[in-house]
Amino acid sequence: MSNKILSVRGLSRIHGEQCPLCISSTGPEHDTNMCSHCGSVVAAHDVNFDLYRGEILGIIGESGSGKSSTVKMLYFDDMPTAGSATFYDGDVQHDMFALNAAQQRSMRNKRFGMVYQNPHLGLNFQISAGGNIAERLLMSDLRHYVEIRTRAGDLLARTEVSRARMDQNPKTFSGGMQQRVQIAKALATQPPLLFLDEVTTGLDLSVQAAILDLILEIQHELGTAMIVVTHDLGVIRLLAGRTLVMKHGRVIESGLTDQILEDPQHAYTQRLVASAL
Amino acid sequence: MNAHYELPLEDAGYSFGFLDEYAKKEVRRCILKAISIPGYQTPYASREMPMGRGFGTGGLQLTLSLIGEDDTLKVIDQGSDDSVNAVNLRQFVQLTCPGVDVTEKTQEATLIQSRHRIPEKMLTEEQILVLQVPYPDALVVVEPSEARRKVMHGEADYSRLLVKLYEDVVRFDEITISHRYPTRINGHYVIDPSPIPRWDVPRLHQSPALVLLGAGREKKIYAVPPYTVAEPLVFDDIAFRVEDFRDANGQRIACRCCGSTVSFLDELIDDAGNITHQCSDSTYCEEQQETISARKRA
Repeated sequence: MSNKILSVRGLSRIHGEQCPLCISSTGPEHDTNMCSHCGSVVAAHDVNFDLYRGEILGIIGESGSGKSSTVKMLYFDDMPTAGSATFYDGDVQHDMFALNAAQQRSMRNKRFGMVYQNPHLGLNFQISAGGNIAERLLMSDLRHYVEIRTRAGDLLARTEVSRARMDQNPKTFSGGMQQRVQIAKALATQPPLLFLDEVTTGLDLSVQAAILDLILEIQHELGTAMIVVTHDLGVIRLLAGRTLVMKHGRVIESGLTDQILEDPQHAYTQRLVASAL
Repeated sequence: MNAHYELPLEDAGYSFGFLDEYAKKEVRRCILKAISIPGYQTPYASREMPMGRGFGTGGLQLTLSLIGEDDTLKVIDQGSDDSVNAVNLRQFVQLTCPGVDVTEKTQEATLIQSRHRIPEKMLTEEQILVLQVPYPDALVVVEPSEARRKVMHGEADYSRLLVKLYEDVVRFDEITISHRYPTRINGHYVIDPSPIPRWDVPRLHQSPALVLLGAGREKKIYAVPPYTVAEPLVFDDIAFRVEDFRDANGQRIACRCCGSTVSFLDELIDDAGNITHQCSDSTYCEEQQETISARKRA
């Protein structure tokens, strides 16, 4: 049996009415992702990659390059206009975009986890931190109160949020703690696949380091596969084994992270690496 | 009755039951759909009634569509046959449905319209209970968008309601919902069983009588068909509790009139500030008192 967990082929998302010239008139060589003929925006086009168990894949690129769009489609926040993705869950293969809404919701709740840059997207600020984690456990059909409490407490302890603050509203937490609660929530159902969208952006350096450490520990402990979206080369260097570089909705370079950082081939990647130093 | 308010039956030509036959037909079709999909909120064209929405127009339209000349109607409001809402609705039906009998006795009625209570006396297969509903959707407390609520109902996604219960237990050590307790019908749809107290929720489960719920303002009809599973939403390890009516010594409080210790009680505070309790179901209470006085005479 292969160790593959996710296989993405030809994934595309075009916003707007689309014309036959959309693809040929956008991309890095035209320096735009907006079609000059019909005004459609090509958020992502022809994204292909495979992800293996316990692997961390980095997606790097500037704002508007399509990295978040790609992850949103895989987490069913958005639907692609073309392409396919196959999720290998044990012995079962799921053609992700052929599933019905209920199946997609169930997969999203039970098999995937998502950590957003903005905790307001990932957490419900009307309820307690424990309640946020309980929500995910309840979504995966756990109906035992004491067990939910225990698991939520364990998860918060694991992500270094004090149990004493479990019943407080995440509104009262610092940015780093909110991010930890989000990670605890994402891990609640022990998903084999985790999406991290700019998790450390906006946090101060020491908190960033602690969150990244936590993510690496989780990967080692649980063997969770992750897709990390970031524009921070440091994060990519630390976390990702393989990296995709995106620009104007296209993948312009992919390969081992070390290779990309040490020997960038594409002009944009070269500029990116040079400007970070 | 004030003659001034009488409907000009001859001149206006109102048909039996106030609603015209097409309106009744539409309501009946929606009732059939609601019974076929237990717990599903069936939209219907709620008509303007000669009373404000929120005064039981949903329940009244169900009653008027179902009632026939050989029916016997009982109308109650919070358990009482004599409160304003019940009296007015009963008079309206008497006015517009000539030949229909009205009663206060639960066992004599074929059709019971109720606001916020289920009669204490067990209903039978021959009876239909119509409940007036202000807010039909149990999900409204967690999701403001009706379009999204419809999807959540369709996918039976009620985790966010359970999160609310979780938060309740965390904060107060028990579930604090006193009425409108979310109840799952036939294993799928969760309904708002109208503002009946928790006490009445277990009596929806496997009820021999058909229970119809009508929301006039929100234009929805839904049903708990006879002998259908109705489970209040709870955690596996926290049992659903009804009101227990115990005093500070743990003693079950009795009704001050009939002495019953097995009925749902209303709390009354007199002018001196003393708290007493009395059966909420007035007919039940009177019957108990009659039984006691008959026993004394014997």
